[in-house]
Amino acid sequence: MAETGVWTAYGLPLAIIVLQIFAILVPILLSVAFLTYFDRKIWAMMALRRGPNVVGPFGLLQPFADALKMLTKETIIPAGANKVVFLLAPMVTMTLSMVAWAVIPFADGWVLANINVGVLYLFAISSLGVYGIIMAGWSSNSKYPFLGGLRSAAQMVSYEVSIGFVIITVLLCVGSLNLSDIVRAQEKVWFAIPLFPMFVVFFISALAETNRPPFDLPEAEAELVAGYQVEYSSMSWGLFMLGEYANMILMSALTTILFLGGWLSPIPFAPFTMLGPFWFILKIVVLLFVFGWVKATVPRYRYDQLMRLGWKVFLPLSLVWVVLTAGVLVTFGWLPTTH
Amino acid sequence: MDLIAFIFYIFAAITVASGVMVIAARNPVHSVFFLILAFFNSAGLFVLLGAEFVAMILVIVYVGAVAVLFLFVVMMLDINFTELRQGFLQYLPVGALIGLVLFTELVLVVGSWTILPGASTAITAPASAAGTVAISNTHALGQLIYTHYAYPFQVAGLILLVAMIGAIVLTLRQRTGVRRQSIAAQIARTRATAIEVRQVKPGQGI
Amino acid sequence: MESMLREYLPILVFLGISVALSGVFILGSLLAGTQRPNPEKLSAYECGFDAFQDARGQFDVRFYLVAILFIIFDLEVAFLFPWAISLGDLGLFGFWSMMGFLTVLTVGFVYEWKKGALEWE
Repeated sequence: MAETGVWTAYGLPLAIIVLQIFAILVPILLSVAFLTYFDRKIWAMMALRRGPNVVGPFGLLQPFADALKMLTKETIIPAGANKVVFLLAPMVTMTLSMVAWAVIPFADGWVLANINVGVLYLFAISSLGVYGIIMAGWSSNSKYPFLGGLRSAAQMVSYEVSIGFVIITVLLCVGSLNLSDIVRAQEKVWFAIPLFPMFVVFFISALAETNRPPFDLPEAEAELVAGYQVEYSSMSWGLFMLGEYANMILMSALTTILFLGGWLSPIPFAPFTMLGPFWFILKIVVLLFVFGWVKATVPRYRYDQLMRLGWKVFLPLSLVWVVLTAGVLVTFGWLPTTH
Repeated sequence: MDLIAFIFYIFAAITVASGVMVIAARNPVHSVFFLILAFFNSAGLFVLLGAEFVAMILVIVYVGAVAVLFLFVVMMLDINFTELRQGFLQYLPVGALIGLVLFTELVLVVGSWTILPGASTAITAPASAAGTVAISNTHALGQLIYTHYAYPFQVAGLILLVAMIGAIVLTLRQRTGVRRQSIAAQIARTRATAIEVRQVKPGQGI
Repeated sequence: MESMLREYLPILVFLGISVALSGVFILGSLLAGTQRPNPEKLSAYECGFDAFQDARGQFDVRFYLVAILFIIFDLEVAFLFPWAISLGDLGLFGFWSMMGFLTVLTVGFVYEWKKGALEWE
């Protein structure tokens, strides 16, 4: 009897949680795989090429071929490297990009962990992203990774600040840190409209946070040969790649939640409002397309330009916007209250 | 409740163990990594207490910012740390003394601490009954910091200002002979200053 | 209390599963791939010749300055979070109290800008 008690008290809920987690993780990993394909197709089209089209119909099986190839390659651990940290670094990147999904609401009530401080949780996770890169850069014990890691750390840290201020402007309009509350607050109007400049700042900072072009300085093939990834091979390199793409999806999801009304339908009547997850995913895909589009068209920033943009343009702009938003909300009495 | 107690002991044990490893690890970079682990587990402990906001801020500020700085410093300083470590026993009494002084001070501070009468219920109530009380503990904090504790809050702002100025005064070095990009000058260039049209006759150079 | 912690349990489990999963990936490639190391392959990459010195040399103090400035602004953001969500209940005094705080820090920001701490070359 005692055993069944333990099962219903702990075992069953735990099993349900595990199942829910896999229901989130498996689609995420699959979409990461197809995102690499999607991305390559976008660049190919923009360059009037065909992109991957050999493996499977339309080249759709290309990501799986890549995964198999990575899995069977040799893992090279440099002789001078700090082995534990060297292998830990890609694991950190990968893990962080996955755990963040625990708090993302896919539709009204469709959220694994509906915590009160959802935004802070995501902000914390994104501020930890820098560790994978610093650890990789330091543990490789090689010059290019070290320089790449340092640069990347300074870069991510600089854009983190403006992301923080942008999140504050959204929170001022919401009055809660819960992600579902943030989406519900946008039922009248998506925040991308009243806070349009912040939407732009946030999206560009998201590009910088995920080290995507035009801010892919840490990799910088031209000068640092591949930055912090130089010494990595096979799956340990693959995890960096997976982490980067999973982070792209995550940042798109966060942009959608903060500015584009999450699961809310753009067409506000019955048959369309039922399709919460569909709208959510559609908005993410559109943002991901923009990620690819930017990569295909914008030249890479120089490092001093990158720092200038972060500290001298985005930081003052978002700070002023915080004051402005708060001022307008206070004067017109539009602030959300708890009582 | 059993599960919570179990999780508490795991977090507490890892916190203490990684705290010991911070001072015991040979490689200073490893020490910083253990410090980060300790921060994480303390964040877990805060969550168990119901202090979600403090837990997240601990991760954002300490792990996301302060530990990055530590790593920079440790990676940047090219010091032979094993040599430094040899004087460990020599400094032990002094270290122990400082530790003792800090400990007594902390006890004194905690002993003489008075909490604003209304504040304690406002802060602890949501933590003890989050399901029933609509107000979250971030709200509770927000309602106190900026009104009841407005002066300490302003002082915190001044401390940050001093830190900022101090950092700049200490670390800023002006390099000479660097050519900077002047964006205003670039944009202000006109056709007249940039291009010169010349008639070149055939058979003659410029 | 209980209900709040119940929301955090999935995160803990999620963390465990993701760590395990990324461990499996690394271990899988270690097992599946052929491992034939040799000294040339294991040496640090440096455009074809041997590295002259240890890679972990000194670097520009600017990176350090950026990290300190980041901490300060991060703390500022940390103070803004509770203010942003409870501003509706704070009234004008709470609003001006934060404006005072931000003014002090803006003074610092202007100072660093004028000093050229934000310049990179």
